[in-house]
This record gives sequence, C-alpha cells and structure tokens, in this order.
Amino acid sequence: MKIIFIFTLFLLLSPALVQQNDANAILRKVEQNMSSDNRVFESEMTIRGKRNSRTITSRSYSVGDKKSFTEYLSPAREAGTKMLKLENQLWIYSPSTDRTIQISGHLLRQSVMGSDLSYEDMMDDRKITDVYSAKVAGEETLDGRKTWVLELTAKVADLAYHRRKMWVDAERYVPLKEELYAKSGQLLKRTTLSNVQKIQGRWFPLNVVYKDMLKAGEGTEFKMTSVKFNQDIPASMFTKAALKQ
Amino acid sequence: MIAIQLALKNILGAGWRSLLNIAVLSLAFVIILWHNGTIDGWNQQARKDTQEWEIGGGQLWHSAYDPLDPLSIQDAHAPLSADMTRLAGQGQLAPILAVQASAFPQGRMQGVLLKGIDPEQKVLKIPTEILQKNPDGALIGKRMAQALKLKTGDALLVRWRDSQGAFDALELNIAGIFDCNVPSIDAGQIWLPIERLQTMMNLPGEATLMVAASGFRPAETSPWVFQSEDVLLADLNTIIQSKKGSGAVLYGLLMIIALLAIFDTQVLSIFRRQREIGTYIALGMTRRQVIGIFTVEGSVYSILAIVLGALYGGPFLWYLAKYGWAMPTGGQDMGISISDRIYPVYGTGLVLGTIILVVIAATVVSFLPARKIARLNPTDAIKGKIQ
Repeated sequence: MKIIFIFTLFLLLSPALVQQNDANAILRKVEQNMSSDNRVFESEMTIRGKRNSRTITSRSYSVGDKKSFTEYLSPAREAGTKMLKLENQLWIYSPSTDRTIQISGHLLRQSVMGSDLSYEDMMDDRKITDVYSAKVAGEETLDGRKTWVLELTAKVADLAYHRRKMWVDAERYVPLKEELYAKSGQLLKRTTLSNVQKIQGRWFPLNVVYKDMLKAGEGTEFKMTSVKFNQDIPASMFTKAALKQ
Repeated sequence: MIAIQLALKNILGAGWRSLLNIAVLSLAFVIILWHNGTIDGWNQQARKDTQEWEIGGGQLWHSAYDPLDPLSIQDAHAPLSADMTRLAGQGQLAPILAVQASAFPQGRMQGVLLKGIDPEQKVLKIPTEILQKNPDGALIGKRMAQALKLKTGDALLVRWRDSQGAFDALELNIAGIFDCNVPSIDAGQIWLPIERLQTMMNLPGEATLMVAASGFRPAETSPWVFQSEDVLLADLNTIIQSKKGSGAVLYGLLMIIALLAIFDTQVLSIFRRQREIGTYIALGMTRRQVIGIFTVEGSVYSILAIVLGALYGGPFLWYLAKYGWAMPTGGQDMGISISDRIYPVYGTGLVLGTIILVVIAATVVSFLPARKIARLNPTDAIKGKIQ
C-alpha cells in the first residue's frame, strides 16, 4: 500500500519536477555555450530609424559578465568613445569633451547610441539559473529548427524583467529567440538570434536583433564580425585609466 | 504763483516745440504705467495660480527630493506618519507620490513623471474628481495632451520600474485633460490616484511630498522638510524682477529722450531770454527766484505731460485692465506661469510713484541749465549781450 502511494505521488509530481530539472539542465547547457572566462569580439550595430539607418562598429573585451570594455571604432562621430562596465557601475568616455561620465540613475534608462538597447540592459549580470525559476513550456519549430520553449519567472524581486520566454535550439543549446515581459504581462523586448556558428568548440549566435516592443521601428541589429574566447586580456584594460588611453 | 503763470505762458508761447516735449514725456509716462502694470498683473495672476494649482500654502518635501535633480526622485519617498495621514484625511495636506516613467505615444519614447494624488483632495485646484469617477484613468494637462497628441478617451502605454527595479507596463486611459496656467504641474506629467500609483510601485502609504492647505503650516518631522510659499515662489519673483529690469531699459530710453528735449529747450530758452532774465533781476527778483521760474517751467512740462498722458493713456490703460492683453501662445510653453490674457494692475503706489518720477526728473533737468542764471550780469543781460 505504502509503495503504491509513493509511486502514485511520484507520478503526480514528476512532470513538474522533471520539467524544472530539464529546464535548468537546458539553461546550464546554454550558459556553457554563451558564457566564457573572457571573450574579445568586433561587432557592427545597425540602428534603424524612421528615415535612415546607421551602423556603428566597435571592439569589446569582456571577462565573465562582470567586466567589459568597449571602444567604438566608427563612424567618425562615435570613434574613440569608450565604455567601461565594472560590476554594477558604468562609465563612458567621450573624446570630443575628453570627459568620463558615470551613467547612473535615470541615465541608465536611456538608449545606447539611439539603439533599442538601454544601458540598464547591459547591467544585469547575474546568472539566469540563480535568479529565475525555469520550466519547459513546450516545443516549437523556429526557422526549421526544433526548439525548447522555456518560461522563466523571477525568483527575486529586484530583477528588471519579471518573466522571460526563451526558445532554445534543442540540438545546439543556443537561444534563438527571447521575449522579456513586464510584471503586468506586457511584452517589452524581443531578441532574435541567428547565424549560429561553432567557434572554439562551442555554438554561438553571431547575429542578434533587439527590438523594443513599445517603440515603433525595426529594432537594432547586432552582428559580431569576429569572436575569440579565452584570450589574454590585460587587467589594466578594466580600469578607468584605460578609458582615456 | 507768478512763476507758474509765467511758466505756462512761456510753454504755450513756444508752440510746437513744447507740444513735442510734452508728447514724448507723456508717452514715457503711459509706457511706464502700462509696462509695470502688466508685470504687476502677471505677478498677481501667476502667484495666485501657482498657489492654487501647485504649492498651496507651502509643501513638505522628503529630504532627498529636489525637483531640479531627476536623480533624486527615485529615492525620495517615505511613509506618512499617523498624524500626517490624519491631516490628509482632514483636507489639510495633499500627499503626492512622484515616479519617473517612460510613455510611448505613437511608438515614440518620452520621459514622463507619474504623480499620484488623492482624488478627494481639495487642497489644489487640479480636477482630481475626474479620477474619483475613473479610478483606472489618468489625468493630464493641456500642454501634455498637445505634446503627446492625446485626447480624452485615448490610451497611453507607460513603462516604469517599481521600487525594487522590476519593469512594469500598463495602458493608461486618459480620463480627463485640465487647463491651467502652471506648466510645472502639466508638462511631462501624468496624474493618477495615489493609492493606485503606490500599488504600482509597491510603496503602500508612501509619498514624495505633501502640499499644505492655504494658511496651514504643518510641523516638520524627519524626513520631511517644510518649503514655505516664499521659497517655492522664489523663481517666479526672480523672473518678475528680471522682466521689470529689462522693461526699465525701454522706458528709461524714452524718458531720456523726453528729458533731453526739455533740457535742450531750457538751455535754448536761457540763451534766448537773457533780456527777460535781466529785466526780472532789474525789477527786484533775486537770482534764486528767476532760477525758480525756469525750474518751474520744467515741472509744468511734466504736469502737462501727465495730463495729456491721462487723456489718451487713461482709456487705453483702462481697456487693457478690463479686457486683458492676449499673450502669444508660445509664452505658455516657457515653463513659467502665464495665462492666455494678462490683466494689468495699476496700483496707487505705481501711479503716484510714476508721477513723482516724471515730475522730479523734468524738474531736475530744468534746474541744471537754469543754474547759469546765477552767473549772469543783469546789466549785460538787459542789453542782450551774449554771456
């Protein structure tokens, strides 16, 4: 009798547990692909406006999710602008004024160079598995690829996005699409990832389209033209002094 | 008396030259009254509107709150004490919670300030009764409605971060649009029932500032700091003083032209009327009495100018005071309280002060050339010898 009860209980609870374990396992595999000790990449960010679009190229160095340094290379107006992120602090150096300013408070809500990305989107650097409880909501085919649809709900209150929905490539464990929701359930942002390449033994999407769903427009396209993982990056790169060099 | 009769006779005898002097001086007189009356009228209206719509009888601010520093708003909030809640219930205080947010009209992003206020408050003139009837609605001013191209019944998507930093978004229904002359409670602001905003922010019972009812001085308790009407109206006072200063340049120039003309006329009179001056002295008048005759001429100029100014300026100034003076539409977007029409106010102090200013200035410029009389030799003067 006791065995039957335990077996029945297991059958009742197991789908939820399995779902959660599966989701966390999927997220861990995603993190293995997407995270690295450090990486260096060059990118083109195309911002599409109502009348025209412009492309900004940059070179970035990052260590984990906590430190990053970006130098803008073109167009001429933006060339030489540098951005340094250390933990939850962000500084921008502008060569035209030769000044370094810290981005904080309401300035974090402003868009990065007119794109659909805001500075605060770059600030949340906690591990997804630490701050969200995930479950597999189903399977879908996206651009011909089988994906797991994960639903992530915030475990802590101080997260920017209360709920996320992530479509993860079931074979390569790379997110192909992500939607970010407000507490009210309003869709706020959508990210579409493509051009998944195998780089240094890991699958990695090189193209990302960010779309602020509350704003009109086609969104901002972010293309990585080169990516290198686990490079030797000098520690002095992640200091405020490096901004003026 | 003789001096006044002589002065009148000489002024009227000078014909067009006198009329021109009097006309220019009267114009300066009317313009001084009009300009200062307009500024005083604006000042009175702006102070009244600002008190009725925004500052009440003063405000209690959270110590971290600085309306000129957007970075301060995020942390400037605290729960109301039991005493404050009681005073709010009695209509002595109107708590307001301010929150920064982004609005998305027609797919554009615009920074806005969400302000929560008790729909039943009577401290301010903001028509919050609209929110009583529409607790899910929002109230905006005419400038905000114009800027975002919104009308009553429209929906506006708003995104904000709650007290813990989580994004939230909601479509607000515009329940009403109010018309007021105080842009600081209108431009870039959306008014909601305070309890609703407290729930949206997860800040139950908290406020950023409290507006006191007129004549009520609330006690300061940490973290609340009282800002008196004088402090809150300091910016307006500075603008009024600056406007008065710039206006003074305009009518100062007009006064200088009029006074120069009187000065010039007096110099010419003394030069051409040397025989007359010599005769006065020969008849037994002291030099001081003769100087007095010429100085009084200047004063009579000013009195005639005031009379002429009153004749044509009186109806003009009365008309403006009664029907107002339409302000250009752009004037209301400058961020200062200014109504569609300004009604000038001509106080007794202003009218008397202007009369005294014109009379004294004209008398002084008449006296200066007349001092030369003291140095005239009466014999040579009677002979008409140029000295």
